[in-house]
Amino acid sequence: MQLIFEKSVPGQRGFLNSRSDVDVAVAFPAELARAEDCPLPELSELEVVRHYTNLSKYNFSIDTHFYPLGSCTMKYNPKFCEEIAQLPEFTQLHPLLPQLRHGDQFVQGALEVLYELEKWMCEMTGMDAITMQPLAGAHGELTGVMMMAAYHKARGNDKRYIIVPDSAHGTNPATARIAGYETIAIPSDANGVMDLEKLKECITDEVAGLMLTCPNTHGLFNSDIDKIAEMIHAVDGIMYYDGANLNAILGRCRPGDIGFDVMHINTHKTFTTPHGGGGPGAGPVGVTEKLTPYLPVSRVIQKEDGAYALKYDYPDTIGYIASFYGNFGILLRAYAYILLLGEEGLRAVSDHAVLNANYIKECLKGIYHLPFDRRCMHEVVFSAKNQAERGMHALDIAKFLIDQGFHPPTVYFPLTVKESIMIEPTETESKATIDAFIEAMMAADQLSRSAPEQAHQFPATTPVTRPDEVKAARDLNTSYFQKTA
Amino acid sequence: MEIEDHLLYTKEHEWVNIDGDEATVGISDYAQESLGDITFVELPAAGDDVEQFGELASVESVKAASDIFSPMSGQILEVNEDLNDDPGIINKSPYEKGWIVRLSLSDIEEKNNLMTAEEYERFLESTG
Repeated sequence: MQLIFEKSVPGQRGFLNSRSDVDVAVAFPAELARAEDCPLPELSELEVVRHYTNLSKYNFSIDTHFYPLGSCTMKYNPKFCEEIAQLPEFTQLHPLLPQLRHGDQFVQGALEVLYELEKWMCEMTGMDAITMQPLAGAHGELTGVMMMAAYHKARGNDKRYIIVPDSAHGTNPATARIAGYETIAIPSDANGVMDLEKLKECITDEVAGLMLTCPNTHGLFNSDIDKIAEMIHAVDGIMYYDGANLNAILGRCRPGDIGFDVMHINTHKTFTTPHGGGGPGAGPVGVTEKLTPYLPVSRVIQKEDGAYALKYDYPDTIGYIASFYGNFGILLRAYAYILLLGEEGLRAVSDHAVLNANYIKECLKGIYHLPFDRRCMHEVVFSAKNQAERGMHALDIAKFLIDQGFHPPTVYFPLTVKESIMIEPTETESKATIDAFIEAMMAADQLSRSAPEQAHQFPATTPVTRPDEVKAARDLNTSYFQKTA
Repeated sequence: MEIEDHLLYTKEHEWVNIDGDEATVGISDYAQESLGDITFVELPAAGDDVEQFGELASVESVKAASDIFSPMSGQILEVNEDLNDDPGIINKSPYEKGWIVRLSLSDIEEKNNLMTAEEYERFLESTG
C-alpha cells in the first residue's frame, strides 16, 4: 500500500478541500516562519482518516489472533480491569495531592489500593514488604539489586559477584553490571536447570547473590532450589527471584517460602496489565525482613485512626527510584484483576497456563525435538533441528504460522537450545484454538518433508511478505526523504 | 560445514592460527552458520590486552548477540576494520577474509588448552 507521503496532493487540506483564508505571513511574525516549506504530506481530512483506518486493519493483535508468545509480550487484558482503570475517581486525581497539607484526605481510595495491593502481593509471594514504585520489571531488578548492595554495605561485606544461569533473561546480567557487580554464568545441566556441581565451584565469600527465574526460560522448575538457597545463604549471599515466570506458580508456591530474599513481579505477566510497545509498566519489588530497611521511599502506611498516608522517614532507604508512586494506573489494573479472581481464581490462572503448555508439549513432542523431555510449567521449548536439517528453519516455521492465522512464537531464544521455538499459550486460550495451533505446527512439519523448497515463501497473505532482515539491520533508513543509495 | 585442518579451536567456536609468537583469530564456519546473517561486530582496540577465554569482541546477527572469546592471551596487534563496513564477510569467509583480530601471544603453551581440527569435529558431533 502507498505511504501517506506518496498520496500527497499539493493544496489538499480540510474536509471540503478548503484553503485557509488566513495569510500565513500575517498570522506569524516573520522571524518565526520557516525558511522553506515543511515537507508534510498534503491530504484532505477524509483521506487521512481512511489511510490510518485502513492501516489499522492490518494490526495483528491479541484481540484478533492467538499469540503463543505468551505473557512475555502479549497476554489478554480483561476488559473489566480497563473499565476500573478508567473510572474518573482515579483518572482525575492529581499526583501532587498527597503532598499537599491535608491533601491526603482526597486520595484515601488510591492510597488504599496501593496499601492493599502490597498486602495481597506479600501474601501471594511470601515477602514481608513490597514497593510499588519501579516502573517496569527491569527497573524492579535494579531496585532489588541496589537493596542487595545496600545490605552488603551495611554489613561490611566485600562482595564482587552475582551468579546467573546461562538461561537467564538478558536483563539479569545487565542489572548486575549496572549495580556494580560482575556476573558469573552457570551452565544448564542435562535436565535443563542450573548445574549444581558447577555452581558449587563458583561459591566464594565474594558472591553477593544469585538471580534466578523459576521456573526458568526452559519452562522448567528447579527442584534443587532449597539446596541452591542454602549454598548462597552460607556465604551471606542474597537470593533474587526474577518474577518473569511467577504466573506459572501463583497460588501453588511462594518464593519467600523456598529461600528467596528479594523478588520483582512483572504485573503484565502475572496480573495481565497491558504490555507491548514499551508503554508504562510496573515492576513491584518484594523483600523479606532483612532487606526491608532499604526499600525505596515513599511507602504507604496505615495510621492508627485507619487513614492511609505516605511515609518518607526511613534512614536506611536506597532513596527515590521513581517520581510519585509508580505507574498507578497499571497497579490499579493489577488490583482489579486480583479482586476479580480471588484466591481460587488466581490459582486457576497458573493451573490453566501450565496445563495448556503441557498439552501442546504432549501433542507435538513426537514431531518436534524436545530437548528436555519432562513436565514443563507455563511454557515449552522445542527445537526445530530436525525440520532445519530438511531445509525449514525455526524462522521459516514462524513465518509459515502467520499465514495460518497465528502470531509466531518466540524463536532462537533461549540461546541454550539450537533452533529453539518457545511456546507459551497462556491461560485464556480455548482448547479449540490450541488444537488449531497444534495442527498448524504439524502442517509446518509436513511441509518440511514434502516441499522444503517452499520454506522461504511465507508469509504470502500479509501486506508485507518477508522483509529482508539483514538489510533492515545493516542499512536501516527510516526517512522517506533520504533516498537509499 | 567446513573445519580447517591447520587451525586450533575453542569450545565457544573460535579458531586461532598460530604463526610463531603471533596469531590470527576468528569464528568457525559452524559458529557463523549458527548465528545466521551477521549484522554488527563490536571490535576491541589495537593495543588492548586479552586473556585466554576472556571477552574479545561481540557479534550481532538477525537471531542473537553473542560474545567472542579470545582463544589465547596476548596483546591485540590489529583488528579487521573491514568488518565495520561489511560484517557479512564473516558469513562468506569465516576462515580467511572474516578474521577478527591479530594477536601478539604472551604464552604459547596455552595452545594445549585448545582443540585440534579433529578434536573440534568430534566435539561438534557430540554436542550435535
